[in-house]
Amino acid sequence: MTSNQVNEYRRRFMAGLGLAAGATLAPNFILRSAQAADVVARPDNEPASSAKRWGMLIDANRLTDGGASMVEACKREHGWGNDPQASAEQQPQWMRVVKVTDKHTKHSFTLPVMCQHCENPPCVDVCPTGASMKRADGIVYVNKHTCIGCRYCMMACPYKARSFVHEPLKDQKPHSPRGMGTVESCNLCVHRIDKGQLPACVEAAPHAVIFGDLNDPESRISQALKALGGTQIRADLGLNTGVRYLNI
Amino acid sequence: MSNKAMVYSEVRQAGWGYYGLLAASAVLVGLGLIAFFYLEHTGHHATGMNNQIVWGLPHVFAIFLIVAASGALNIGSIGTVFNNKPYKPLGRLSGLLAIACLIGGLMVLVLDLGHPDRLIIAMTHYNFKSIFAWNIILYNGFLALAVLYVWSMMDYKMQRFYKPAGFAAFFWRLVLTTGTGSIFGFLVAREAYDSAIFGPLFILVSFSLGLALFILITFGLFTWTHRALNDDLLMRKRYLLALFIGAVLFFEAIFHVTALYAAEHSHFERFMLSGQSGYSLWFWIGHVLIGSIVPLFLLLLPMCRGQVRSLLMASALVLIGSFIQLYVIIIGGQAYPLTLFPNAEVESTFFDGVINSYVPSLWELMLGIGGVGVTLVMIVIGVKVLRFLPVSLAQANPDEDTD
Repeated sequence: MTSNQVNEYRRRFMAGLGLAAGATLAPNFILRSAQAADVVARPDNEPASSAKRWGMLIDANRLTDGGASMVEACKREHGWGNDPQASAEQQPQWMRVVKVTDKHTKHSFTLPVMCQHCENPPCVDVCPTGASMKRADGIVYVNKHTCIGCRYCMMACPYKARSFVHEPLKDQKPHSPRGMGTVESCNLCVHRIDKGQLPACVEAAPHAVIFGDLNDPESRISQALKALGGTQIRADLGLNTGVRYLNI
Repeated sequence: MSNKAMVYSEVRQAGWGYYGLLAASAVLVGLGLIAFFYLEHTGHHATGMNNQIVWGLPHVFAIFLIVAASGALNIGSIGTVFNNKPYKPLGRLSGLLAIACLIGGLMVLVLDLGHPDRLIIAMTHYNFKSIFAWNIILYNGFLALAVLYVWSMMDYKMQRFYKPAGFAAFFWRLVLTTGTGSIFGFLVAREAYDSAIFGPLFILVSFSLGLALFILITFGLFTWTHRALNDDLLMRKRYLLALFIGAVLFFEAIFHVTALYAAEHSHFERFMLSGQSGYSLWFWIGHVLIGSIVPLFLLLLPMCRGQVRSLLMASALVLIGSFIQLYVIIIGGQAYPLTLFPNAEVESTFFDGVINSYVPSLWELMLGIGGVGVTLVMIVIGVKVLRFLPVSLAQANPDEDTD
């Protein structure tokens, strides 16, 4: 190896280190905390607008508990997770912590997985009645009034984000009614967003998640995604998810 | 023999034999209804289905009957569309069987819904991007065409609709079965499905399953009502049945070989084919050996192929094999976990990365059997009150193929 080649190698190595350091520091700079200002309340007399697309960026490295507190917040907010008669396999789970270990390298990380609020959601495509729907602002959820409980959306979802309610339920949350015989999933806390509040899971992990409008290039989430990228789970399916991850 | 000369009559049998059969079929319907009311009241937690295996035994029964319905029209089509005259007298029965199977299957499908009370929503709110919604239209259209077809055969005033209705029903059912198969073909996220081959595969399953069912029902009805059944006419169908069985195997082979070749699907194929799971035993022993190879021997080996008994045995095995095949496709396909991260192991409280287990409950079995009961009741009452059955097929000449 000539000295020129050595210098070239050193330069590349140092540049690489610099990039790595930048990537580590940048999230600290940008992912300061989730802010309520990221969501503006929607007036009651206005429909949801396609000018907005709500999304979420989750930094797996900053979730010290792997996302467990986000899951707990979701349970509290929507009242799922303890249906008395359902077996473990029948319990609905709107959100769960998934541990991922590479088969070869054994590199491991954890992340919270829920509805990814796809731009092209397979669950919406397959639903015979249109109960599985995407709101104009990108929120994917189930209309409990027209869901016939066929579970085809559960077969179609690549993220296993949907659950079926297997029994009659009591003492439900007024803002998040759950019904036997219907399918349910993360609705991005649509009731909170409309009031100008952050989703419950985002509030539970403010240092690890940015929530906001993906359509607004000036929003913090758009800025963060532009600077840092953001990984989609099963990006190969071309669904263009609204939930993105860092460091997975 | 001309179709016009053929005389049809209602079943004359009454007494214990007839009403016993009707009562036995009604008991099956009753079991299905008990299961439905129980599940509708208490919820699906009483079933073996869960949030990992979301479609269970009722769906196997439902799809089995729906696919059989489409195939049961085979004999009618052979007479009407392909103008094979000796089979025309069996067209009415073929239509009845198709209608009865479809209604039985749809009943199971509907009663297993989380909200069967919202059927009216399914009939009035259509998402036209959904293959399920298309299927609702296809099922209703098939019923309407099959009824028109049967009507055109039974009422001379409607005779002008015989050919158009027969042709329309034939093409409609090809589309219908493609639609049923596409329910799985359109599931891009699941390794067990996501293949265009499910459309044609289901058409071929309907051919073999429907023909086998028709052979058994026809033989049963003619024997029971002491009507002469032309054995030659029935035996003619053995090569057709063998051809259909072979075609199903061929399409299955293409599906699995293609998947084996793709690295991303190789794990699933190992799960399904290599004996790693109970499903591979069901697949190889239940579907391939008992449901396909043995019937092929019965239909083709010189020592067996001339006997009606062999044909009946082969038909029964095809029914069993097709049921197992659908079980493996529907349940086995869901048992294999979704791939969230390729080349990684995943674990969670929601059974990610786990081979899901499923044990059907008695309720599900009762619901499925209820659908079979509905089919049987419709056939037993149908042949009693309307002229579906020819008085005799003794004079039918299988060699008389064209006008």
